[in-house]
Amino acid sequence: MMTASSPLLQIEQLKTYYPIKKGVFSRTVGHVKAVDDVSLCIYEGETLGLVGESGCGKSSFGRSIVRLEDPYEGRIWFDNEDITSRKQKELKRVRTRLQIIFQDPYASLNPRQRVADILAEPYIAHKLVPRSEVQVRVNRLLDMVGLPKAYKNRYPHEFSGGQRQRIGIARAIAFEPKLIVCDEPVSALDVSIQAQILNLLADLQQELNLTYLFIAHGIGAVKYISTRVAVMYLGKIVEIGDKDELFRSPKHPYTQILLQAYPKPDPTLRGDKRIVIQGDVPSPAHPPAGCRFHTRCPYVQAVCRSEEPALGPDAHAVACHYPLA
Amino acid sequence: MFIDPNTPVEMLEMRKELLGLNDPVILQYFKWLLNLLQGQLGYSFSSYAPVTTIIGERLGPTLLLASASLIFGLLIAIPVGILSAVKQNTKFDYIMTGLSFIGTSIPQFFLGLGLIYICAVQFKLFPTGGMMTLGGPGDFWDRLRHMVLPVFVLGIVIAGKKVRYVRAGMLDVLKMDYLRTANSKGLHPFHVINKHALRNALIPIITVVAMEIPLLLGGSILIEQIFQWPGIGQLTIQSILSRDYPILMGLNLVAALIVLSTNLLTDLLYAAADPRIQYT
Amino acid sequence: MALSPYELKEGPVSAEFLADKALPETEDTGLKQLLSRFIRHKLAIAGLVITMLLILTALLAPWIAPHDPKEVTGVFSAPPSAEHWLGTDQVGRDVVSRLIYATQISLIVGFVTVALYVTAGTLIGIVSAYFGGWVDMVIMRITDMFMAFPFLMVILVVISVLGSNMTTIILVLALFSWPGVARLVRGSVLAIKQLDYVHAGVALGLSTPRILFQHILPNAIGPIIVNATFGVASAIMSEAGLSFLGMGVQPPTASWGNMLTDAQSLTVLTDQPWLWVPPGAMILVTVLSINFVGDGLRDALDTRQ
Repeated sequence: MMTASSPLLQIEQLKTYYPIKKGVFSRTVGHVKAVDDVSLCIYEGETLGLVGESGCGKSSFGRSIVRLEDPYEGRIWFDNEDITSRKQKELKRVRTRLQIIFQDPYASLNPRQRVADILAEPYIAHKLVPRSEVQVRVNRLLDMVGLPKAYKNRYPHEFSGGQRQRIGIARAIAFEPKLIVCDEPVSALDVSIQAQILNLLADLQQELNLTYLFIAHGIGAVKYISTRVAVMYLGKIVEIGDKDELFRSPKHPYTQILLQAYPKPDPTLRGDKRIVIQGDVPSPAHPPAGCRFHTRCPYVQAVCRSEEPALGPDAHAVACHYPLA
Repeated sequence: MFIDPNTPVEMLEMRKELLGLNDPVILQYFKWLLNLLQGQLGYSFSSYAPVTTIIGERLGPTLLLASASLIFGLLIAIPVGILSAVKQNTKFDYIMTGLSFIGTSIPQFFLGLGLIYICAVQFKLFPTGGMMTLGGPGDFWDRLRHMVLPVFVLGIVIAGKKVRYVRAGMLDVLKMDYLRTANSKGLHPFHVINKHALRNALIPIITVVAMEIPLLLGGSILIEQIFQWPGIGQLTIQSILSRDYPILMGLNLVAALIVLSTNLLTDLLYAAADPRIQYT
Repeated sequence: MALSPYELKEGPVSAEFLADKALPETEDTGLKQLLSRFIRHKLAIAGLVITMLLILTALLAPWIAPHDPKEVTGVFSAPPSAEHWLGTDQVGRDVVSRLIYATQISLIVGFVTVALYVTAGTLIGIVSAYFGGWVDMVIMRITDMFMAFPFLMVILVVISVLGSNMTTIILVLALFSWPGVARLVRGSVLAIKQLDYVHAGVALGLSTPRILFQHILPNAIGPIIVNATFGVASAIMSEAGLSFLGMGVQPPTASWGNMLTDAQSLTVLTDQPWLWVPPGAMILVTVLSINFVGDGLRDALDTRQ
C-alpha cells in the first residue's frame, strides 16, 4: 500500500543508546547502540511489519516511538507534532492517539487490578467520559476484543495467555488511538492462539481505522498482517519495501536468509540451495565497521568491511553494496 | 558529671573553661575531631583517665565475649541448619525450627537471669557473674567457667536467628540442577553436601553473619550488664549514668570502626567464597 | 508464495471457545488464596489468636486488672496469694495488675513504632527507587550510615540525652529502623518498575503518583507487611531491653522490661521468682506469637527476606 498520504509517523535518524556504567561513580564508559540511525515513515491505515533477530533493537525502536525510552538523538514526528523531547506530562495529550501492546501478556497486566479497573483507568485518568459512563465503555471494550462481560471482575491470573493479550489490546484501543505499536504481541502465545489474536488485530484495524507498527521476530505473523515490511539488523534498517515485493525478491542477503529460515508448509518448495548464516550477532556495544552484516554475510567483499552502505530513498530500499537481483 | 554542691562557683567556672564546656557544641565537636586526628580522644569526666586507656582496657573482654559467642552460635547454627534443610519436613526439622523461633523470641536478659537462677544459684555450677573470681587464681579455667553462661546466652540468640538463614540458603542450593547432577553421578551424600552444596550456600550466610556484628555489639550491652562482664557494654551503661560524654563519643567511634571493618571483611570474604566476584 | 498457517481465516471467536479455555471456575482472588495459605499454618493461627488476646487485654486493662497498677495495695514482696495471684512487688504493688497494664505499653510501642517507620521507610524507598539518580544515591548513603551504627549503643546514647519515656523510645526506635524498610521497598520498586504493566501505565499517560500508588506499591506490599510484623516483635523486645536497663519506660509506670530490672539483685532473683518470671514469660510469649504470625504471612505471601 503505497499511498501518497502524508506520514502519520515520521522518524528521522533516531538513535536509542543505553549507557554502560562502571565503577563506584557510575561513569558512562560506552553505549549499547540499540537503535542506531533509523529513519522511516508510517502512513495512515497501513501496517508496517518490523522483523529482526532477538536483540536487534526492534523493541527499543518501538518503545522509543511511544517514548518509554528516551531517544539519544534524532526526531520523532507524530501526527505533525515533534514529540522527541516532550516531558511525560506534556505527552499526556499525545498518548490518547499513540498506544502500545506488549509482548508478555503475563507481565503487562497489573496482577492487583481487576479487569474492569484495568480498562477503566485510561478513561478515569484522562477524564474522557463522565464516571457514570465508564462501565459502559469498559463493556464495549470487552465486547470488541471478544471477552464476555461476565469476566469483568476477575483478576489477570484467572485468564489464559490469549485472553490476557485480549485485555492488553482492549486497554490499548480504549482511546481509539491512531497508531498502535504492537511489540511482538503474539510471540509469547501458543500457535493456535496466535492466529486468533492476529485476526482480532486485523478486525480492529478495519473497525477503528488503526495504523500498526507490528514488531516480530518471526516472518509468519508479519507476512500475514503487514502491508509493508522493514528488516532490522543490529540497530539499523537493512531493507524496507512493500510486503509482496520484499518477500518475492529480497534484495539484502540478510533478508534472504531470514526468509529461507522460515519453514515452508509445502514440501515441494523446499530443497533450494540454502545459504547458511555464519557466526553470532556482534555486540551492539561495539558494532562492526562498514556494513554491520559483513561479519556474517556470505557475499562479503572488501568494500563491505570499510564503507557503510546507506538505505536509499526508493519505495523498496536496501542498504547493501551488492544487492541481490 | 557529679559535682559536690559545696564547690565554689568560681572553681566550677574554671573547671568548665578548662574542659571547654563553655564553647558552643559545634565548636566542641570540631575540637574533638581535631584531637581525634592526633589520636587523642580526650579524658573521662568521671575518672580523668584518658579515654583511649579506659576503652582499651574494656575492649578485650567484649571482643572475647562477642567472638566466642559468634563462634558458639555458628557452631550450632550451621550444622543444625544444614541438617534441617537436608531432612526438610521431618520431626528433626520441625523441632529445630520451633527451637530457633524460641531462640529469636526470648529476651536475652530473661534467658540470662533464668540461667543464673538455675545454673548458678540452684546448682552452683557456674559463677553468677564477672570475668574471674575476685582474689582467686584468675587462670584459664577460672575465666572459662565465668564465660560459659554469657557465651551460652548470646550464642543461643545468634544461633536462633542464623539457623533459619542457613536452612533457607541450603534449601535454595539443594533445589539446583547441579546438585541433582552430583547425586546422579553417584557421589556419596556427604561429598555432595560438603563439596557441592555447602560452598554455594555459604555466600548468603556470610552476609547474614556480617549483619550480626552490629547487633552483637548491642546485645553484649545487655549481657555484660547481667553478668557484670567488664566490657565496653557495661562501660556504656556506666558512662550514660554518669554522663561521661568523652567516653561515649569514644565508644561510638570504636563501635563504628568495628562495624565498618567487618563490612570490609565481608566483601573480601565474598570474593574468596565466590569466584565470580572480583575486586579491581 | 508459501501458505502461512495464519491464512486459515476463521470467524469471530465464540464465547463457548473462551469458556472452554477459561481458568479456575471459582472466584479465587489473591486475597482468598492468601487466607487459605495462612490458615494452613497452624502456629501462625495460634500466634494470631494470642496476639488478639493480648490486644484485648490491653484495651480492657482498666476492667480486668484487679488493682491499680501504681498503687500500693499490700505488704511489699508478698508471695502469691488469693488476693494477689502473682504476689506483690518490692513496694507492694499488685504484680498481675502491673503485667496487664504493661501489655498496653508493649503493644503501643510495638505498633506505633512500626507504623511510623514503615510509613517513612516505604515513602523514602519509593522516592529513592522511582526517581533514581542523585536522589537515590544520597538516600542510600544515608541508610548505609544508619545501618553502620550499632543499633542499641546509639539508641542508648540518644535516649540518655533526650531523657527516657515512651514517646522518646518510640521516636528513637523508629529513627533507627526506617533504613531497612527503605532498602527493602527500593529493591522491590526497582524490580517492579521494569515490568510492562508499569510501562503500560506510562504509555497511557497516567500521572506519576497514580503509577506509584496504584501500580507499584500494591505489588510491593507483601514483603513490607512481613517486615512490619517482625518489626512489631523486635520493637517490643527493644523496649523491654531498654526498660530493663533503666533507659526505657520509668517506674511507677509498669513495663515488662522494667519489672525485670529488680531481678538483677540476687535476693529478688533467688527468693522472689514471682517478680521476674511472669514478665519475662509475657515478653517471650508476645514476641513469639507475633513472630509466628510474621512467618505465616511470609509463607502465605511467598516472599523471602
